[in-house]
Amino acid sequence: MRIAVTGMGLVTALGWGVEASWAAIRAGRSGVRPIARFDTTGLRTRIAACVDLPEDLPGRPVSVAARTRRLGEAAIAEALAQAGHAGPFPGPLAIGLPPVEIEWHQRLDLGAADYPGMISAAEGRRDLYEELLFGATAAHLAERFGTRGVPQAVTTACASGASAIQLAIEAIRAGEAECAIAAGAEASLMPETLIRFSLLQALSTRNDPPEAASRPFTLSRDGFVMGDGAGALVLETEERARARGAAILGYVLGAGEAADTFHRTRSSPDGMAIVRAMERAIADAGLSPGEIGYINAHGTSTPENDKMESLACRLLFGERPPPISSTKSMIGHTLSAAGAIEAAVCLLALRDQVLPPTINQDDPDPEIGMDTVPVARPHAFRAALSNSFGFGGQNVCVVLGAA
Amino acid sequence: MRGVVVTGLGLASSQGEGRAAHAALLGGAPPVLDEARLAPFPIHPLPALPLDAAIPRREFRQMEAWQRLGVYGAGLAIADAGATPRVAEMDLVVAAGGGERDTALDTQILAARPGQVERHRMLMDGLRPTLFLAQLSNLLAGSISIVHGVARSSRTLMGEEIAGAEALRVAAQRIAAGRSALALTGGALSSDRPELLLLYGLGGQLARAPWRPLPARRGLALGAGAAFLVLEPEGAARPLARLAQVLTDQGAPEGRRARLAALLERTGAGPEAMLLSTASGAPEATQDELAVLPRAPDLFAADLLGHLVEAAFPMGVALGALAIAEGRARQVLVTGCGQWRGEAVALLEAP
Repeated sequence: MRIAVTGMGLVTALGWGVEASWAAIRAGRSGVRPIARFDTTGLRTRIAACVDLPEDLPGRPVSVAARTRRLGEAAIAEALAQAGHAGPFPGPLAIGLPPVEIEWHQRLDLGAADYPGMISAAEGRRDLYEELLFGATAAHLAERFGTRGVPQAVTTACASGASAIQLAIEAIRAGEAECAIAAGAEASLMPETLIRFSLLQALSTRNDPPEAASRPFTLSRDGFVMGDGAGALVLETEERARARGAAILGYVLGAGEAADTFHRTRSSPDGMAIVRAMERAIADAGLSPGEIGYINAHGTSTPENDKMESLACRLLFGERPPPISSTKSMIGHTLSAAGAIEAAVCLLALRDQVLPPTINQDDPDPEIGMDTVPVARPHAFRAALSNSFGFGGQNVCVVLGAA
Repeated sequence: MRGVVVTGLGLASSQGEGRAAHAALLGGAPPVLDEARLAPFPIHPLPALPLDAAIPRREFRQMEAWQRLGVYGAGLAIADAGATPRVAEMDLVVAAGGGERDTALDTQILAARPGQVERHRMLMDGLRPTLFLAQLSNLLAGSISIVHGVARSSRTLMGEEIAGAEALRVAAQRIAAGRSALALTGGALSSDRPELLLLYGLGGQLARAPWRPLPARRGLALGAGAAFLVLEPEGAARPLARLAQVLTDQGAPEGRRARLAALLERTGAGPEAMLLSTASGAPEATQDELAVLPRAPDLFAADLLGHLVEAAFPMGVALGALAIAEGRARQVLVTGCGQWRGEAVALLEAP
């Protein structure tokens, strides 16, 4: 059974909507800019690939939960419109989402000096409760689009969007539904999360110029750049898509995963968990490694990731690996949404037979040993591999096919 | 589709650890309570467990109570199923909220009420770098992989109570569909969590002292514990119980009773099935659940152990599997409604 993609939606720092984001990616534009939604004075990192909203007020930005919901809603609505779905959606929603919690301006609004005071002041703030529960964002999106069953709010850190695709295709293959929405939405950019990533030394501190900060596969890469964004795919069986006359944009051919048991933030030095995840995804798609024409890298621009990912690719693909690029060089690392956004990017690349670039390749790291596509170019290919790896040893890969 | 059986349980709670300590609760037992620590909210406290002996020191230091408990419970389940040699091929589906904050640092900031820039400085200077990893939702699963070597796959679902039921359903469905041969699923909760009282308190869902049993209690009392189940295809050696059905649904609260009734109808449970409710005590959801059940439940898991949120439904199913393994029932129907959203039922049968 092949699973067709009949709708796509994207929100990235490069634009609202698939075509706006894709045109900017093809042109090699960066969406990284100085953070405006809070005061970055004294912070080591002061840039991000931001999706700001008119409601962002100085010192009172829209919360992570509320922004995630807005971006997710926009991406899913775009995907459903393209798929020609109006009214309640007859399948489940699987969505990669960040964990959320009450934020500092919301805590301070409660006007208390300690936890007992806050808990007492909190009583009856049903609005915040329904914004901040771990299941809230997915539930709101499920009710907005009338999806069936329990919405799966999956978190596998930076692999969440890919895990959502995997959960959705499993539901379809198991016959639970003929169609599903797979998505990811992310807006973790708030001061405390930025500081927490900063304390782990995971973020780039190349604040000037912002557009040069995310530079995967280069010698001077120094960390990832946080990004807001959302991606959504409408998935259905090929039979259902054809029967209802829907335009097929491409296929999700397979997915694979492997947990790394080595370390919380680092890959096993032999790269084998990443190799296993890629192998399983390619096997699940019924392909051989030689049939993969392009890899959309996890490519975070951290010294560790890009080294381990390219090592694993060379191990699996051998002497002549396919071209690899990291669109995170332009849209930043959209964390929980990355797997969904980058799957859509692969489908667009397959549609247009073009490779999206990795920008900022002016000092390539010779250790990478792969073609990192410094500028977008035409390319004939039928299948692409999208890699997603997360803290906690999460490795998930998805194989996308041309229509 | 093939049948699914429960072959291992990893249980820890305020009542102790392991199968025997929890089997002893099946006829009813008084709760272990601490009404002082987070007064006026009663909690079921974390018992003394040999967590530091079971978890290597390097890993132990990178976790807080929630992850330690979960890692401990997962280890008990793997050992109980005799699955230690097969962890590399084990699939993991965890249900999780978030981990502990540095509440002392939070309190300093609340007291000082600094402006943005000073607040950021206090966070930069005060936060322990590894606390982020102790707090991230998927790092319970990550820690289980690291400590126990569970390596085939690792997924974490968020969403309070219904996430626990959905994690179980996904794990069981993958086995039924032949995509998994060995799965570990469950969750954990620590009750000494002022941040969680804040979150659930926003919704007006907390019980105040004096504690009373359900259904008289209005509000939830947090429990401390871990509940993990090892699932395998039917035919596995030493099954404790057959997991005949796991059904979940979710929608607007107005439809809660109708959705739960439809799930109950689909299970095909007999009238003699033992009824085990995982009701939290959250007023509306608990009332709706009890209104739909054919009779009063034989057991409220939350009365014995406190409410375990993401781990509540896995704990209910684990207690049901114990009831079958102990010969107390031939069929157990486990029910639950999330404090805000989600409905779930599971049917267990003698293997």
